[in-house]
Amino acid sequence: MRLDKTEISLGLIALGCVLFGFVSPGWLIFLLTIALAKALVVQGVVMQMRSGLVSFGQGLFYCIGGYTVGMGGQFFGIHDAVAALSLGMFVAIIIAMLLGLLLTRYREIFFAMLSLAFSMILFGILVKSQELGSTDGFNVHDWTLFGWAPEAGAGSQYTVFTMTVVSGLIVAVLIHRYTKAGIGVICEAVRENEVRVEYLGLSPRWLLYGNYVAAAAVSALGGGLTALATGHVDPEMAYWTTSGEFVFIALLGGLGHVAAPFIAAIVFSFVRTYAIEFVPHTWQMILGFTLLAVIIFLPKGLWSLVSREKTGERA
Amino acid sequence: MKNNKSKFSKHLVSGVAALALAAGAAGSASAAENGKFRVGIVTFLSGPAAGPFGVPSANAAKVLVEELNKGNLPAPYDKIGINGAEIEAVIIDEAGGATKQVEEYRNLVQRQKVDAVIGYVSSGDCLAIAPVAEELKTFTIAYDCGTPRLFADNPDAQYMFRTGLDASVDNIGAVRYLAATRPDVTRLAGIQQNYSWGQDSWADFTAAASALLPEAEIVEEQFPKIYQGQYGAEISALSVKRPEIVHSSFWGGDMEALVLQANARGLLEDATGLLTCGEASFATYKDQAPNGMIIGARGPFGQFAPDNELNTWFKGVYQNAYDIEPVYPATKMAQAILGLKYAAENAGVADKEIPSAEQLSAAMKGATFESVSGTVEMARGNGHQAMQGITYGEYHYEDGVASIKNAVSFDGECVTPPEGVAAADWIADGFPGAKCN
Repeated sequence: MRLDKTEISLGLIALGCVLFGFVSPGWLIFLLTIALAKALVVQGVVMQMRSGLVSFGQGLFYCIGGYTVGMGGQFFGIHDAVAALSLGMFVAIIIAMLLGLLLTRYREIFFAMLSLAFSMILFGILVKSQELGSTDGFNVHDWTLFGWAPEAGAGSQYTVFTMTVVSGLIVAVLIHRYTKAGIGVICEAVRENEVRVEYLGLSPRWLLYGNYVAAAAVSALGGGLTALATGHVDPEMAYWTTSGEFVFIALLGGLGHVAAPFIAAIVFSFVRTYAIEFVPHTWQMILGFTLLAVIIFLPKGLWSLVSREKTGERA
Repeated sequence: MKNNKSKFSKHLVSGVAALALAAGAAGSASAAENGKFRVGIVTFLSGPAAGPFGVPSANAAKVLVEELNKGNLPAPYDKIGINGAEIEAVIIDEAGGATKQVEEYRNLVQRQKVDAVIGYVSSGDCLAIAPVAEELKTFTIAYDCGTPRLFADNPDAQYMFRTGLDASVDNIGAVRYLAATRPDVTRLAGIQQNYSWGQDSWADFTAAASALLPEAEIVEEQFPKIYQGQYGAEISALSVKRPEIVHSSFWGGDMEALVLQANARGLLEDATGLLTCGEASFATYKDQAPNGMIIGARGPFGQFAPDNELNTWFKGVYQNAYDIEPVYPATKMAQAILGLKYAAENAGVADKEIPSAEQLSAAMKGATFESVSGTVEMARGNGHQAMQGITYGEYHYEDGVASIKNAVSFDGECVTPPEGVAAADWIADGFPGAKCN
């Protein structure tokens, strides 16, 4: 397997992150863990954005991933983190395969609203499930990694961080290869002109279907990692504001590069945490102005800071 | 072109990493020890829970911290600040869900280096924070959240305390109030927000009613979704069943909307409203709520707080600062801060010294301290959960003045399940061991 330069730099950055974890304070590790886990969900949003679909319901799979990890430990005795995360992805794939049959028939605002509707249905079901703690949710704890139980506190936090970085790296490399491959480029063609793609003899619908299912799996992975790191899941994960946050981060980063969602998620987390610290009463306004500034000055996201000089390149 | 791009990508990403590193270093450096007692205060500053709960609580915290730093409180809290050390309050917003609150809690403890955290209105946030408080070994007081699962799910809690009462007490107290003042009621109905709070409240209320009011039957129950705002259909459904009592655990804007609409539609003329969180809007009902509506304050708080020296003083400074009487969330916040002060000053450390979380926890566990609501005993949840009585009364508004009439108080032992017994089991067994005055 030959690695290109982007893949090598992604690998080096991941290695740097893991090493950086040894010297950084606990709050920073946690912040980065959550940011990177959310970035995985954002990757799912971006995958669909590249083919012209904006999912306002990616929280559905984020929540499925989180709840599967939590319920696996709580009710089914699945304490191994990798098994629980894989199960979360598996459940998300099954559900996405069903929903995708319907959703891929729709485009634009209809797709956005329908995806949002499905995530709100899950929210409604969870709120009515009192055995799952309704809106209060429940704790996720006592997980192991291949039979090894990391010590509570800093140990387990660092373990989740490393797992998140490694997952992020694997997903990033896979998505990078996908976007460069012929099929990935066709995604952009679908966004630009679906009819022409059909004349090429390809089926845009099945392309979008595959995209949707893959995005669901990646998002569920992010949700599962968030659940492990936070130690708690609640139905808020499927609420539309959570999905909105993922779209926000996706717009912040732009579609230019596989690293953009990661950078955007980290920037978003930092802006938010310092806004909450310094202007506790109006922190939402700071986030709003940030998005506004990005839309006005960097319409193609933060990544256009990198690719700006290449005029005419499609983000 | 591709090479160019990945070179830039490398630069940008390493730039972000460097930024993160710098921020981390700066963050931990700025939170140096400055001899002050740093307290993290977490409550809703935005969203629907901000108006009724968050803002009065934050206001109470601000005015109390200011007065404590001047040493203006009556005895036994007349020492400056906490144990002689000036208090520095770090107030943050509780909005945004449990994941974000866990992140911000870690930031408070590890970046801002607070010595203790007081906060949390939302039960979901309390449940998410409890294990993290234990992990980070940080003295934490939940001041308002009501879930009975807080110590049931975390039986070995060491650092987590709660100075407010749990939600079962509200509803057991409500039924006891009905049994004491209206033993003949036969037709009960309820309208609850469809989420944990409403579901749990209604379960406790109906169970307690079947034990204490055996003649009564539940004629109707409605579960509209939270923040719905319009209750026309639900009010009609309730009205046609001709209930005598309409119980509701609604709060905030939903509660005010319900009272307004149910009153206008005549439901509250035929039936008596029973609002377990009703006191939070005491100052805003005016003549929009019917006289005789039963309201509670989730304990001896707000209008139901006793006339002791501390409370008179607290009401005075609060009224001075904000031109309004403190409602129950404000009293509860004051109680949590006084609890923290009590623990710090009885932790056996020298003057002006800041006790460790272990010392604070040891002093707080099973403690009995004086508060704005009277005497608080940390007598449940292994010494981590406060036990107090609860009072209900009727709202009356005459000549532009709102008041409480026919208030009845119940002792803590009368409405609180014994140690280690779940509320549902205690109610089902017919309240064994309850001591009522």
